[in-house]
Amino acid sequence: MYRSHVLVCGGTGCTSSGSQQIMEALRAEIEKAGLQDEVSVVQTGCHGLCALGPIMIVYPDASFYSMVKVEDIPEIVSEHLLKGRVVTRLLYQETVTQTGVKALVDTDFYKKQHRIALRNCGIINPEVIEEYIGTGGYAALGKVLTEMTPDDVIKCLIDSGLRGRGGGGFPTGLKWKLAKQNEADQKYVCCNADEGDPGAFMDRSVLEGDPHAVLEAMAIAGYAIGANQGYIYVRAEYPIAVDRLKIAISQAREMELLGKDIFGTGFDFDIDLRLGAGAFVCGEETALMHSIEGNRGEPKPRPPFPAQKGLFGKPTILNNVETYANIPQIILNGPEWFASMGTEKSKGTKVFALGGKIHNTGLVEIPMGTTLREVIEEIGGGIPNGKKFKAAQTGGPSGGCIPYEHFDIPIDYDNLIAIGSMMGSGGLIVMDEDDCMVDIAKFFLEFTVEESCGKCTPCRVGTKRLLEMLTKITKGQATMEDLDKLEELCYYIKENSACALGQTAPNPVLSTLRYFRDEYEAHVKEKRCPAGVCKALLSYHIDADKCRGCTLCARNCPNNAISGSVRNPHIIDQDKCIKCGACMEKCKFGAIYKQ
Amino acid sequence: MENITIKINGIEVSAPKGSTILEAARLAHIEIPTLCYLKEINEIAACRMCVVEVKGARSLVAACVYPINENMEVWTNTPKVLESRKKTLQLLLSNHDRKCLSCVRSGNCELQQLAKELGVDDEGKYDGERTPSCIDDSAAHMIRDNSKCILCRRCSAVCEKVQGIGVIGPNERGFATFIGSPFEMGLGETSCVSCGQCIAVCPTGALQEKSQIDEVLAAIADPSKHVIVQTAPAVRAGLGEEFGYPIGTNVEGKMAAALRRIGFDKVFDTDFSADLTIMEEAHEFIDRVQNGGVLPMITSCSPGWIKYCEHYFPDMTENLSSCKSPQQMFGAIAKSYYAEKAGIDPKDIVSVSIMPCTAKKFEVQRPDQAANGVPDVDISLTTRELARMIKRVGLRFTELPDESFDAPLGLGTGAAVIFGATGGVMEAALRTAVETLTGEELASLDFTDVRGMEGIKEAVYTVAGMDVKVAVASGLGNARNLLNKVKSGEANYHFIEIMGCPGGCINGGGQPQQPGYVRNTVDIRALRAKVLYDSDKDNPIRKSHENPAIKELYDTYLGKPGSSKAHHLLHTTYIKRKINEL
Repeated sequence: MYRSHVLVCGGTGCTSSGSQQIMEALRAEIEKAGLQDEVSVVQTGCHGLCALGPIMIVYPDASFYSMVKVEDIPEIVSEHLLKGRVVTRLLYQETVTQTGVKALVDTDFYKKQHRIALRNCGIINPEVIEEYIGTGGYAALGKVLTEMTPDDVIKCLIDSGLRGRGGGGFPTGLKWKLAKQNEADQKYVCCNADEGDPGAFMDRSVLEGDPHAVLEAMAIAGYAIGANQGYIYVRAEYPIAVDRLKIAISQAREMELLGKDIFGTGFDFDIDLRLGAGAFVCGEETALMHSIEGNRGEPKPRPPFPAQKGLFGKPTILNNVETYANIPQIILNGPEWFASMGTEKSKGTKVFALGGKIHNTGLVEIPMGTTLREVIEEIGGGIPNGKKFKAAQTGGPSGGCIPYEHFDIPIDYDNLIAIGSMMGSGGLIVMDEDDCMVDIAKFFLEFTVEESCGKCTPCRVGTKRLLEMLTKITKGQATMEDLDKLEELCYYIKENSACALGQTAPNPVLSTLRYFRDEYEAHVKEKRCPAGVCKALLSYHIDADKCRGCTLCARNCPNNAISGSVRNPHIIDQDKCIKCGACMEKCKFGAIYKQ
Repeated sequence: MENITIKINGIEVSAPKGSTILEAARLAHIEIPTLCYLKEINEIAACRMCVVEVKGARSLVAACVYPINENMEVWTNTPKVLESRKKTLQLLLSNHDRKCLSCVRSGNCELQQLAKELGVDDEGKYDGERTPSCIDDSAAHMIRDNSKCILCRRCSAVCEKVQGIGVIGPNERGFATFIGSPFEMGLGETSCVSCGQCIAVCPTGALQEKSQIDEVLAAIADPSKHVIVQTAPAVRAGLGEEFGYPIGTNVEGKMAAALRRIGFDKVFDTDFSADLTIMEEAHEFIDRVQNGGVLPMITSCSPGWIKYCEHYFPDMTENLSSCKSPQQMFGAIAKSYYAEKAGIDPKDIVSVSIMPCTAKKFEVQRPDQAANGVPDVDISLTTRELARMIKRVGLRFTELPDESFDAPLGLGTGAAVIFGATGGVMEAALRTAVETLTGEELASLDFTDVRGMEGIKEAVYTVAGMDVKVAVASGLGNARNLLNKVKSGEANYHFIEIMGCPGGCINGGGQPQQPGYVRNTVDIRALRAKVLYDSDKDNPIRKSHENPAIKELYDTYLGKPGSSKAHHLLHTTYIKRKINEL
């Protein structure tokens, strides 16, 4: 027994900000202080507040330290662990009140969250199976195997209303039912851990923080549909997740929670990993299976659907990591419990990855139906630097931009589609007045063009042409006819592409055209970028009244485009200016402006 | 089979369960345009030309692969569908080198045809950056020009699925995607066997044989050269398609007339040397059986098959007959026997062949194919090149009289002409071998068990008290399956005929290209093969050993089959190769 546990985040975010070194230093310092038998250092998964990493929580008092540095360790050990005095200056500021310290769950970031999929992330050591079991892990599998029929399991999922968290929102129980109905000598259960949306990392977080939840759910799925082999298709770019999955699989096999005759019930199920090379299209179910089979990652025509003929031509179900992470809890707590959360057609919670112009970048898990306003202003802490909200982008490259007019819309699958976006895997990027919506659309199209597999014409050539048209607009070379042509091509690509990647690729363009058409028109008609982003339409100028002739701008210009003598107003040579903005950044008098 | 009733454009159609919308539409006499689709070979729904509207579907669906189901309602010609197809074409054309005037496929290009049919009035509507591409001319037989490729993938599908080779496929992804060989190899460095099936199925001008028409015309124009030509059996069964004749028209007479008018000094027939091949091969087979030689013996007429065997079954090259192919036997005899007879220096003879084949271009360059110190054959043209040459020199082909081949190398039997169809070499060899072994005349010359378009055929014939087990395979995927059975001991044979192309030479990689919608609905192989079997039936001489020109050749020049002179001129050696040697 330890008198104190120090939890240090070992997720990718905190690892890249140095949590491994923190742990080493901490262990060394604890040993130096002779506390190794009293204080235990535990590496956990992600807490969600990635912007404030590395993160450390000291129990039993649950002090939440953020942005910890190696230099802070001696103080934490000598003050907190040895003398019991909290190091206030390192505490997450939100937890510090005038009267003392408030619990993490009461902070704005956490109080509206409800963690089901992420429930163990940041709480347990993901590399120790006993810690998962200690929080109720594998009890759901035990219950399923000993108390429920496969049909009971499927009914439970259907009743819960769980829908796929990977983007499409297909009812999970129904998917399983279809696969169960198809008789075959072999069936497969696959897990889509090929998280590809730029900015989304909830799946990585679950795999890093709670890998057994996924393994347990896959075994439950195997039992429900009659499969004894599972594959997890995980990105090779997630090395920590891959390592923890490997450890988890071997521990589960060792404890006979995977393998032959699980719980002595005669049920066999095993799981293997398959590493993806990072192609976005491999998140599409048929492309993913094609890749597992050892082929080029490309979608196949549907029907036949994977539930009929999937991996190696056998009935297969594929669910996303976050979907699986919900399942053991649904089994244990019952479908009514899950269905009590959320909106009419979207039950439970959804994890979002907050990014862009927002204070608290990181992962949040919220009940379906939470409004965009709550997520951005309350949980996310609003927009930095007093800037004005312009749009929120959801659904990654397949989604769209939501303007302020829909700020109070309850977030669920159907509402997002109705306003021209989609849930996707849960990326949520906030944009403010400094973001150009044409440029944003162009950014996502660049991604889609790069990631198109190249098989079907509309996606291979069509998205490329869309990108060229957007580039033309951002350069001020487009006409109003080009805008019509752009829109027409968008609808064509949606209707004609072979898979969801192409069918949704125009969404970022269509949604920005729908809500921010005036910005497009400003680029086309006035050759002006209202947000001041599109370089070709910008020029930098020096306000002669404000310029003091300090020469700082001229000295910092990389292309010698600024001339002028000391104490006299300077001038920018527009032919030489490369629009890098260095002068504007350096000017102490606010004399440089762009238009 | 159970039928399903659906509605297409408001009309009720009943089609077998499991049919695609495309197939059901055909039953209702509705044509849905396709580009990438090849039945059972390339069912990938990539090009999106065949999109249709289906009631209740979220987006347009690809008719080529979408199965019908009860009460389905389909529309194939709504404004949305027609506009979508047009846009698909415009997008393809925006990344396509539109030098249609000079393109070898102009006039029979499937992309051009569709653009015309669908009213693509503005082919440059979506012009922009083009996928960078270069020309791969590293192989002896063909050129790949990806600036004309529309990425339908028919070529890579036929290479991988039909021929079981797979030396080409999609590289890179997205807009950068291109079809090529792995690891940036040129096609000539891979274990491509030169069969040309990729060219045969290409809808555009991206793939074509390396044209040698100019070389031939230059030789003809050179008064110091004696230019002779031989034509393979299958050419006469395919050439007419280039001049508007229905598939399966025999144009032997007009072809001979055309060649003479192009200016060849002598117009000969490969049928002659096909008979010669039978004499040598039947002798070799009997010798192997009687003297414990390597069995099964496998035919060696098809240079695509030979190269395949060398790359993929190098341990079986001893099973190959040492006989040169009819093309090469012809060349060797032309530059020895014929040269002597006509009093011409072999160095002054330019020996040209017209072949249904692209691998023949590779074969003429092989080592050990120059019996008299000069190449047996100098230039090999495809059937398609002959058609182009006829058009270029200004001959009204359909109006030409029927003429005969020249003597003595123009005389062939019915046994020779069926060489062009799968099973034909086997049948011809059996006619001669059986009569040689038994000394008796065959009651029936038709060995029907080895005829037909099945990929693998087997038969057992009792000859002089011995059960002779034979097998016939065409298409290299079938060949591989057959040989694996032989290697594993699952099957054993005495004699095997293998042709590189499915159906044999009549479906060779050098034959006229037929568009996808024809390939998907008509068995062009069977129609062309019928020409040859009809020609065999009509020939008064149907056994190679009864060809008087062949008899004279042996009597006056070669001696007996398998003689040392015959060996020197008519037999060759093989190379053990590796797969995609890096």
